[in-house]
Amino acid sequence: MIQTDILIIGAGPVGLFTVFEAGLLKLRCHLIDALPQPGGQLSEIYPKKPIYDIPGYPSVLAGELVDNLMEQIKTFEPGFTLGERAETIEKQEDGTFKVTTNRGTEHQAPVVAIAGGLGSFEPRKPPISNLADFEDNGVEYIIRDPEFYRNKRVVVAGGGDSALDWTIFLADVASEVTLVHRRSGFRGALDSVEKVENLAEQNKIQLIKEAQVTGLQGNGKLEGVTISHKKEGEIIKETDHFVPLFGLSPKLGPIGDWGLEIEKNAIIVDTFDYSTNIPGIFAIGDVNTYPGKLKLILCGFHEATLMCQSAYKIVHPDKKLSFKYTTVTGVPGFDS
Amino acid sequence: MEDGMIKVTVIDREDERHELVAPTDMNFNMMEVCKSYELPVEGTCGGMALCASCHMYVLTDHELPEPSDDEEDMLDQAFFVEDNSRLGCQIKIHEGLDGLEVKLAPVGE
Repeated sequence: MIQTDILIIGAGPVGLFTVFEAGLLKLRCHLIDALPQPGGQLSEIYPKKPIYDIPGYPSVLAGELVDNLMEQIKTFEPGFTLGERAETIEKQEDGTFKVTTNRGTEHQAPVVAIAGGLGSFEPRKPPISNLADFEDNGVEYIIRDPEFYRNKRVVVAGGGDSALDWTIFLADVASEVTLVHRRSGFRGALDSVEKVENLAEQNKIQLIKEAQVTGLQGNGKLEGVTISHKKEGEIIKETDHFVPLFGLSPKLGPIGDWGLEIEKNAIIVDTFDYSTNIPGIFAIGDVNTYPGKLKLILCGFHEATLMCQSAYKIVHPDKKLSFKYTTVTGVPGFDS
Repeated sequence: MEDGMIKVTVIDREDERHELVAPTDMNFNMMEVCKSYELPVEGTCGGMALCASCHMYVLTDHELPEPSDDEEDMLDQAFFVEDNSRLGCQIKIHEGLDGLEVKLAPVGE
């Protein structure tokens, strides 16, 4: 079991900066994030976009801001559980919380800070009515091990880089690969587009453009898909696997079932210290809401800072806390 | 209509029509217009054409700039895409769009 003072759900900019403010108070932090890398949306959605409203930075690329935050908190040695989604929370007899991820990793802390942004990033699922019936029985949203598809028939759907790249890769592994794409053109990396077109010309894959997968057939296990073509109408294609690759979108997910007061997909907090209705659980950054809330990174930094003051009182109920400027004390790190 | 304002119509997912007034001098886009009236448009990425949560259908024949590569990319990841599909965040409000009518696209799971 991983133990820490503040367990932070979400390793976006606000979660990362919490480590710094907590560290100044000699509180240790551990972060959980569903994505395999820290940075949240900044790394996943817009790493190359400049941000202009971080005080002191006329302009900073989102990816650079994450790198800088990682550098800034290094001295406080945060722990990370990445690529796992915080799933359940349990209050322990000693007053601490136990948070378990979807992969079963357990964490324990007296304070939980939810800095989950818009939620954890989950694969976008196409609107096919019986899709859920075939999940893990022929429908996969993420390709974990390409060997799984050896000598199988696979239908891939999507037009982005991951759909193109996996089509190319699976062409050598699967017995038959079909790529279904909505439009006549692709916007993916030029090189991959060319490779896919070539593979189709050589009949190594089947490329069906201007079409969408609209139905699934099978009895418990996937046997075929219905492909609706713009001009030719419906085509039935026999297949062992259907892999829709339509990118990721954030979902509040299991946190929504933790007993927290929620309004329009955001957690209601008290602006005194961004505490939620459950003592010991705080919510900071884009995931919270209060009168006048603005979803800005800089507001999240402020929220994280105030929250740490109350977190300290929970971790050390009997200790006094004296506020210090970094200009006076520097960034001392932990006594080893 | 007051100077610097246009009227647009948004049909929501329950087929209800909303007549909205949008300022032309605030650098608004259709996603933001919908949000300012609290219509159910997420606008997750804030208007960078990096999510598809403001997917809408343009019902009138107003002239709109061709979708950028970023917008086409995102539409490739959206569902229920039709020939008149656009991302609301890429429809900038200006005087020429007076009378524009759009319908919000269904949201996938």
